[in-house]
Amino acid sequence: MAERLLDVEHLQVTFATEDGMVRAVDDVSFTLDRGEVVAIVGESGSGKSVTVMTLMGLTRSPNSRFGGTARLGGDRDLIAASEEQLEGIRGQEIAMIFQDPISSLSPVHRIGDQIVEQIRAHEKISKAAALDRTVDLMERVGIPRARDRARAYPHEFSGGMRQRAMIAMALSLSPSVLIADEPTTALDVTIQAQILQEVAQLSKESNSGVIFVTHDLGVVADIADRVLVMYAGRVVEQGTLDEIFYDPQHPYTWGLLGSVTRMDREPPRRLPAIPGQPPSLVNTPQGCHFRPRCPHAFDRCTEVPPLEARVQDAPDHLDRCWLSVEEKRARRLVDGRIGLATGSVTA
Amino acid sequence: MARFVVRRGISMIALLFATSVVVFAFFELIPSYNPARAIAGRNANATTVAEVSRKFGFDKPIYTQYANTMKLIFTGQVIDYQDDLNVVDQFKQRFPVTLSLVIPAGIFWLVAAILLGSLSAIRAGRIADRAVMVAAILGVSIPVFLLAALLLYLFAYKLPWFPNTGYVTFAQSPTQWAYHLILPWFSIAVLSIGFYSRVLRSNLLDMVNQDFVRTAKAKGLSQRRVFTRHVLRNSLMPIITMFGLDFATLLGGAALVTETVFNLPGVGQYEASAIGNLDVPPILVGAMFTAFFVVIFGALADVLYALLDPRIRLTG
Repeated sequence: MAERLLDVEHLQVTFATEDGMVRAVDDVSFTLDRGEVVAIVGESGSGKSVTVMTLMGLTRSPNSRFGGTARLGGDRDLIAASEEQLEGIRGQEIAMIFQDPISSLSPVHRIGDQIVEQIRAHEKISKAAALDRTVDLMERVGIPRARDRARAYPHEFSGGMRQRAMIAMALSLSPSVLIADEPTTALDVTIQAQILQEVAQLSKESNSGVIFVTHDLGVVADIADRVLVMYAGRVVEQGTLDEIFYDPQHPYTWGLLGSVTRMDREPPRRLPAIPGQPPSLVNTPQGCHFRPRCPHAFDRCTEVPPLEARVQDAPDHLDRCWLSVEEKRARRLVDGRIGLATGSVTA
Repeated sequence: MARFVVRRGISMIALLFATSVVVFAFFELIPSYNPARAIAGRNANATTVAEVSRKFGFDKPIYTQYANTMKLIFTGQVIDYQDDLNVVDQFKQRFPVTLSLVIPAGIFWLVAAILLGSLSAIRAGRIADRAVMVAAILGVSIPVFLLAALLLYLFAYKLPWFPNTGYVTFAQSPTQWAYHLILPWFSIAVLSIGFYSRVLRSNLLDMVNQDFVRTAKAKGLSQRRVFTRHVLRNSLMPIITMFGLDFATLLGGAALVTETVFNLPGVGQYEASAIGNLDVPPILVGAMFTAFFVVIFGALADVLYALLDPRIRLTG
C-alpha cells in the first residue's frame, strides 16, 4: 500500500460574517497517498478552495473557526499546528500553486528572487546556490533562457510563463504534497493542457501527492486518480475516476457530468445545466444541501445522509444520498446520458 | 533618463513663470495696495510718494514692472520694502534654519508614521489600533499654531524642560541645536504623522488581502518577513508621493507658523512677516522658491517610485 501523506477527517471551517456564521466546509474527510492525484470538483463557493487553503493554514483569521483534523504524514495535525510549525511545513512539505499567476506573484520582486526567497526560508544555503537551483527549476518547467528570465519581473512574463514560475516555486523544495488550486483557470486554453502536463509529470517525477482543485471535469478526466465532488461545503461523493465518471451515485454528480458539453456528440440546442442556485451557506437547507434542486428528493432527504459506501465491492466509493443503489441506477438516466455513455471518456 | 530630466526642466521653467505671474498680478488686484506709500513711510506727503513711485518704477505698466522685478530677482539685487534688505541674501541666510527644522522633522514623521501605521494595521480592530487612530485624528485636527503654543506653554513654561523659543546653529553646538528644535520638530511632524499613518494603515489592510501576500505565506516565510518584504514594501508608494510634496512645500516656507511661534529665523518666518506687510518681493521669491522644490521633489519621488516599482517607467 502506498504511503499515506495526508489524512483529513471531519474538517469543518466556519467564518463569522456580518450576515451570520458561514459554514464553508462541513465534515470533509479524505486521504491522499504518495504518487496519487486527487481532484476536488465543485462549483464556485462549494468550499473546495477553502478546504485546501485550510490545510496550509491560509484561512486562519480572527473570524474563522475550525473543527476536525488533517494529519500530515500520520502524526502532525495541520489544524491544531502552531503558526511557527506551519511556517516550517508550508513551501517545504506542502506547496501550493494558485489560480491567478499575475496577482499571486509580488509585482515588485524579481521572479528568481521570489523562488530564492522560498528556498532560503527553509534551507541554509547561499544566495548563489539558491539561484542556481532556481534556474534549474525554471528550465525544468519549460522556461527558456532561465538564467536571464530569473531577473525579470512578473509583469514581463506571459500568463503561461508566470504559472510555470509558480510551479517551479512550488516544486523548489520537493514537497510531498502539492496543492493546485485551479491552476489553469486564468490561462489560455492552449496553455492549459501544457501546464496540466507539467504538473502531472513533475509531480510523478518527484513522487509527491497532488490535490487538484478545479471545476473543469475535462481536466479531472485528464489527470485525476480519485475524485471528490463537493457541494455547498460538503463532499457529496468520492471515488476513483472511473467510479465517478461511469457509476456516479449522487444526483448532483449526475447533473455535473450532464453539464459537460462533448465534442464527440451532436451539440445540444441548449447547454444543459442544473436548475436552481447553490444555497447560501448562511442559511443552508435542512438535511441534504442539494435537496432544493434535486428532482429525486423525498421525505428522508431532510435528514443529513452520511458519507458512506453504498455500492457493493467498492468500499472507497462513498456518497451522501438516501436513494438506494438500484433506484439511482434506474433514475440517473433522467438527468441526461451520463454514466452509461457510449463514447469513451479520456482517462 | 535624459528625456526625463529635460522634460522636468521644462516644467520647472513653466511653473516658475506661472507662479511668479500669478503672484505678481494678484497684488495688483488688491484695491488699497500701494507699495510706494508703504516705502515712503507713514508721514510722507504726496510728492514724496510720487517720487518713490517713480524711483521704484511703480508708475510703469505692469509687464514692465514684472520684467524689472524678475531681472532684479535673478541678478540677486531685489530689495524688500519693509526693511530694505536684500531678499536673496535673506533666503540664503535663513534657509539653513528651515533645513534644520524640516529635515529632521521629515525623517521623524516618516519613521513614526510607518511604525504607527504598521502597528495599527497589524493590530487592526484591537485596542492598540483604536488608540493610534484616535490619536491620529487628533493630530490631523489640531491646528499647528495651537499645538505649537500648547507645547511651548506645557514644556517650556509650566515644565521648563525645553528652552522658550530661539535658535542655536548646528555649528555653535549640535546638542543645543537639537535641544532648541525638539518642540518645533514635534509640532511640525504631528499633523503628518496622523495623516500618513492613517493612509498607510488603509494601504496595508488592502494589501494584506492580495494574492501575492497569500503566496508569500504559502512559501513558509515568517510573519515578520511576509509583512516587511511583501505587505509593507508594496504599500509605501502613495506615502512617497505625499512625502515628496509635503517636504517640498515645507522647505519653501510652509513651516511659517511653527517658525513664527518658536521664533526661528527661517524662510517661513520671513515670508510670514512679508505677507503681513504686503511686501511683494519676499512673497514672490518665496512662492518661486516653493515651486522650485515642488518640481525637484516631485521628480525625486517619481525616480524613487520607479526604483521601488519595476512596472513604472520614467516619462516626463
